[in-house]
Amino acid sequence: MNPFKERKKILDEIGRISRLAFPSAGQSENNSIVTCEKCGHKDPAEEIKNNLYICPECGAYMKVPAYDRISMLCDEGSFREFNKGRTGYDPLDFPGYENKLKQARSKSGLKEAVVTGTARISGHRTVLCVMDPAFMMASMGTAVGEKIFLAFEYAVKKKLPVIIFAASGGARMQEGIMSLMQMAKTSAAVAKHDEAGLLYICVLTNPTTGGVTASFASLADVTIAEKGALVGFAGKRVIEQTIGEELPEGFQSAEFQMEKGFCDMVIGRKNLRRTIGKLLAVHERGVR
Amino acid sequence: MEQNKAGRLSPVERVKLARSSLRPGTEDYIKNIIEDYIPMAGDRCYGDDLSVTGGIGFFHGIPVTVIGHVKGHDLDGNMKHRFGMPDPEGYRKASRLMLQAAKFGRPVITFVDTPGAYPGKEAEERGQGQAIAECIKTMSRLSVPTISVFTGEGGSGGALAFAVSDRLIMMENSIFSILSPEGFASILWHDSDRWQEACEKMKLTAADLNEMGICDEIVPEPSFEMEGSYAVMFRRIDEAIIRNLKPLLKTDGEELIKRRYLKLRKTGSKYGRN
Repeated sequence: MNPFKERKKILDEIGRISRLAFPSAGQSENNSIVTCEKCGHKDPAEEIKNNLYICPECGAYMKVPAYDRISMLCDEGSFREFNKGRTGYDPLDFPGYENKLKQARSKSGLKEAVVTGTARISGHRTVLCVMDPAFMMASMGTAVGEKIFLAFEYAVKKKLPVIIFAASGGARMQEGIMSLMQMAKTSAAVAKHDEAGLLYICVLTNPTTGGVTASFASLADVTIAEKGALVGFAGKRVIEQTIGEELPEGFQSAEFQMEKGFCDMVIGRKNLRRTIGKLLAVHERGVR
Repeated sequence: MEQNKAGRLSPVERVKLARSSLRPGTEDYIKNIIEDYIPMAGDRCYGDDLSVTGGIGFFHGIPVTVIGHVKGHDLDGNMKHRFGMPDPEGYRKASRLMLQAAKFGRPVITFVDTPGAYPGKEAEERGQGQAIAECIKTMSRLSVPTISVFTGEGGSGGALAFAVSDRLIMMENSIFSILSPEGFASILWHDSDRWQEACEKMKLTAADLNEMGICDEIVPEPSFEMEGSYAVMFRRIDEAIIRNLKPLLKTDGEELIKRRYLKLRKTGSKYGRN
């Protein structure tokens, strides 16, 4: 027997066993009740999760925890995480920031606001980054910037596509200018991946705003907005204060972004996996 | 009297100076240090944004592309130039001129002086975020030398779009921050009146940014109330740009892109801090 095949079999087996406990984050609240923010409908967390975090009563899309998003999307057991313990630092020595991070960690079960790794989707290997709004509104500080940057670097090295599920309140204020610089850092990583002729798909989920919209989230080859997502650069309140009038209904919605030409499609949650699978298949090989 | 002894002014005073209408603006620097400046208009998509000037000319005999924010010096000027807050067209014009500079092998010099991108309804409809993102991406991969000079306020992504450069020069009393101190205080403390406290916390002065490895050189300032101070400032900026530009002119384009990438790679990384 081929010794390499044998070795691969053993490694796969080890991988399968070590990933059995996965996903860990969402499971701690198995018995809790989730309330829909829109209609107030209550359901056990497990049921909501099985329904892809869509309210069974009113159909509203709830925010999806990063690991649940990954299991919704990827072939079972295929996800391997990068830099799981990576944290940023506190360049401003900002009062209360350490505490805020602690709270975010216990609330989300994550070390930072993005989970990155490789996975297979419908059999296609890809790099995947999922931002989780439960962690300080998935704001981008040094850790988020670094993890996304490293994910792109890995993709360039291994000639893989990158899929990002963007969600963010913007740059993380507490890390000051270093957060702002992550816009340049992540954009440079996208540019290098782009030059290597590799596919980058960005899925804009609720909400994608500020510095993330003004950097990597707007630079994809294929941009998908998830139904019901709010997507924009400036906040609604800031715009209203600046122009002195109220903004119309549906301003900065996913549909608005498609109408204005800033995303390729608006896709419902249940169809995301299939659409992304198809996109990956079409990009698997060009004619030259 | 010179006020260039570091530490003499508080961050709040520096923020006030950075915003002072007495400071020379981008158009003043261009007039005084660029020869035969030919301004270029338009983004070739929608319109021409007057809060951004862009064009070509000679700097010390070297053909260059110049891009910068324009604030205007009086109220009429401010209104005309939207206080230096660009619409998407401003960033698209800048991206276009940057690519043009790369095509013809011209270094790019940017002058940064903006409170931030304009948060308007139409700006949003025409893709403010996408325009800024594209400008950042373009600048990060230019094969020609890039130098950015912060002359006053450098606020948010609106400033960063012109600042992904090989060398970042800041005037002593210019600032560079994630958001205006008012916006920062409003988001974190829900009280924009605490902006002065924000100034102290944000590490937004040239000295702070130099310490963090983001600013490469600080240019000392005279007091702009003094007669002849403008001439002093133009000379100093001129000298700083040529001093920083010279070594870059000898560097190959691929090498410039690689170094810029590695500089960004280190930025904010715990493991390879600048």
